[in-house]
Amino acid sequence: MVSFSSKLAAATTVAALFVAGLAAQTQINGAGATFPYPIYSKWFAEYNKLHSNVQINYQSIGSGGGIRQITNQTVFFGATDGPMTPDQMQSAPGKILHFPTVLGAVVPIYNLPGVTADLHFSGQVLADIFLGKITKWNDAAIGKLNPGVNIPGTDITVAHRADGSGTTYIWVDFLSKTSAEFKAKVGVNTSVNWPTGVGGRGNEGVAGLVKQTPGSLGYVELIYALQNKINSGTVQNMAGENAKATVESVTAAAAEAAKQMPPDFRVSITNAPGKGVYPVSSFTWLLLYENPKDKAQSKVMVEFLKWALTDGQKYCAELGYAPLPEEVVKLEMAAIAKVKIS
Amino acid sequence: MGKGRSGDFGFRLSTGAFASLLLLIVGAIAFVLIEDAWLSIQKFGLSFWRTQVWDPVSGDFGALPFIWGTLYSSVLALMIATPIAIGIAVFISELSPAWLRQPLVFLTELLAAIPSIVYGLWGIFVLVPAVRWAESGLPSIIRQLPFFSGPPLGLGMLSAALVLAIMVIPFTSSIAREVLKSVPAAQREGAYALGATRFEAIRAALFYARTGIIGGVMLGFGRALGETMAVTMVIGNNPRISLSLFAPQYTMAAVIANEFTEAADELYLSALVEIGLVLFIITLFVNSLSRLLIWSMARTSGAAPSDAQPEAEPVAA
Amino acid sequence: MTTSAARRKLLSSLFVAFCGSAVLIALLPLALILFFVISQGIFALNLEFFTRMPQPVGEPGGGMANAIVGTLILVGLAALMSVPIGVVSGIYMSEYSGTRMASALRFAADTLNGVPSIVIGVFAYGVAVLPFKQFSALAGGFALGVMMIPIVARTTEELLLLVPGSLREGALALGATRARAVFSVVLPAALPGIVTGVVLALARIAGETAPLLFTAFNNRFFTTRLTQPISSLTVQVFTYAISPYEDWHRQAWAGALVLVLIVLLCSLAARFATRRLERMHARA
Repeated sequence: MVSFSSKLAAATTVAALFVAGLAAQTQINGAGATFPYPIYSKWFAEYNKLHSNVQINYQSIGSGGGIRQITNQTVFFGATDGPMTPDQMQSAPGKILHFPTVLGAVVPIYNLPGVTADLHFSGQVLADIFLGKITKWNDAAIGKLNPGVNIPGTDITVAHRADGSGTTYIWVDFLSKTSAEFKAKVGVNTSVNWPTGVGGRGNEGVAGLVKQTPGSLGYVELIYALQNKINSGTVQNMAGENAKATVESVTAAAAEAAKQMPPDFRVSITNAPGKGVYPVSSFTWLLLYENPKDKAQSKVMVEFLKWALTDGQKYCAELGYAPLPEEVVKLEMAAIAKVKIS
Repeated sequence: MGKGRSGDFGFRLSTGAFASLLLLIVGAIAFVLIEDAWLSIQKFGLSFWRTQVWDPVSGDFGALPFIWGTLYSSVLALMIATPIAIGIAVFISELSPAWLRQPLVFLTELLAAIPSIVYGLWGIFVLVPAVRWAESGLPSIIRQLPFFSGPPLGLGMLSAALVLAIMVIPFTSSIAREVLKSVPAAQREGAYALGATRFEAIRAALFYARTGIIGGVMLGFGRALGETMAVTMVIGNNPRISLSLFAPQYTMAAVIANEFTEAADELYLSALVEIGLVLFIITLFVNSLSRLLIWSMARTSGAAPSDAQPEAEPVAA
Repeated sequence: MTTSAARRKLLSSLFVAFCGSAVLIALLPLALILFFVISQGIFALNLEFFTRMPQPVGEPGGGMANAIVGTLILVGLAALMSVPIGVVSGIYMSEYSGTRMASALRFAADTLNGVPSIVIGVFAYGVAVLPFKQFSALAGGFALGVMMIPIVARTTEELLLLVPGSLREGALALGATRARAVFSVVLPAALPGIVTGVVLALARIAGETAPLLFTAFNNRFFTTRLTQPISSLTVQVFTYAISPYEDWHRQAWAGALVLVLIVLLCSLAARFATRRLERMHARA
């Protein structure tokens, strides 16, 4: 049973926590993408260990939410994997800067009892599935990409995001590049009019849906597939290879863009040309006001960002993200100087 | 004497002023909803209520799929819950041995007291897999019917209706129980004196109390209309209008909960608030009707079913 | 017995059987819910659950200490706001029962009670979050408080009406002002019942999720500062439930168990207190 001393220890912990809650902490609130949530939550926890008076509270509510809340100034920073549109940037009360933090991949995940091998997909096939044109797993188009695999005739249940999502943005951006029909019928945004399927909340929600629903197909950030041991498939890249999402293939996707990075860092790297490229890769961005009201919080946030772009990058690989290319980090360190900290 | 009188007036004024905060809050809710929904009301007008499309990309918003989902799930829930609720009410008030009465009342109240997030949690991990198993076991002949078409996901209208039914039962049954209590004993005794069976006497009492019972059913309806958490976790969150019990659909409360913090532009947010306004108006109407029916029942039978109020009033989460 | 009489008897027996089975059908989900919540949640309900903060995503362990404290704070704020307004409204409705104002108050309370909690959340966002550009515990407490007011008001009104008229008249006959009579005599007599009602209302409000989604928001850290977002048991259970992580699911069940225990204890306490009150009134 629980000994007296451990009960006492627990009581003192709670008391100490209470006092700690009252002490002078810098608490910074942010919200946004679920795509980088695993590595952000690792970063904020590690940073809190190094600087115990800095608490960065991040809520993963989707990229749409991140953009909304920072525009409303109800949070200090936002996070998104779908860069803000010119209209969105116009409606913000001040200039918002985009800072790439990591590279990640969106993978197709599926739950097909009896099939444990990695299935191969292409942009065209995925677009047709998400348009509702391909409805059964043993459709000829899927079979053509997977010769020799015995696929059952189960109905495909499409799982997508119910909330405003940058992961969705990356996914539909890729599908729109590979299928003109998808581009016309659905388009590219953080929240779209899905022709078919069930909606889950956040990457976590879609992963949960696919894990529990036999015959389902969804899309999530790589780490969500890895951490939950859900089958993920390969996607055909422009070079015609069946590309698997790995640190190397994602890094390769960013290679071209890194050399020609626009000054505002808003660039899409889906369906990048080249060998060994994973075609559904993307940067993910932290959103900060150039001239925020709370300069004290700004100073802390800038320090954190510098840490994340340098020391923080070492946590990427174990969580399935790819670290930023050197050139991009250099450009960002220069751009950070624009953020007013006093 | 004079001092007492003015002191009394001061008492009434100060308590009245303080109490009027309650009136202020209700007015404020209506005002804030209308104000924040104004952009959407102006742009779409009445067509908002009959457009099917919900497209944030093109800025095209219509509430019809959500109105459909809300009404369909609530009506289904009522169809399941009402007979059971009345059955419970009859059992507790007419048929139950005295020692069983209080425990049964306590247990039905417990159903009402369980937080809706717990219903949702149980729904995702227990109900939905069970419904999926039942759905996939249906013979294919039945699958052809529009009510049962589509892949057996488990997530969808049926799961939502079942969860809502369970949540609604205690409200309807509590009102029905109170209303049955208020039926004059003479009515029942007269029936038995004429040689009625149990069923016939109770049926007569139910008929007498029908206004109040309908009021109780409406109360349950109002509860189901506004339920958010349990529904959004099991309904599938897809804004499509479908007769099929298997199909994932969407309700007004669920879409607000899922998309509110993310509505990335003013029109989108305004459309969501307008849905909230629609929900507010519908539940206002249903609940007022329910109270009217219960109150008129109380008048005819001379008893006030007021004991039912604190626990039984709908607090839809 | 004629066949028609036999048929009527059969119908009656079937009806009785139906009512009995209705009770069983309704109690079945209750039993299932309690069974699953207890069996799934009890193992995750350890010391760590009550004293630790959530771990980074995907890492096992951690607890809901901040969420439990958060719920306590939010409920406390709600009570602070709703009890004064609710009790005073209840006093007015019972003392001036026939007036138009009392009817208006009654209508307002019943209306407010029926407003879906998600709509209250939208309202609270517009009033308590947007103008201050801040998600906060105060906003969450405000939303919950708005929901609590009508319950407290109606409970107070009914219990004050239950107090025997002789008490009120006796106080007034002795020369007390209305205010005196109410606050010194009538209210104390009804107080145990009012407290019971408030406790039940608190238990219900502690289980609310929707109004907190965009007011109190959520907080990974432990905080007692009211102007910051704050975690709560219900929102945390929701976040964990829809995630794909097994460890989070187990903690969600544990959180649900805590919520159900709170509700159970408060309901039992209320039942017990009501029984005692009834006995007291029967004697008086």
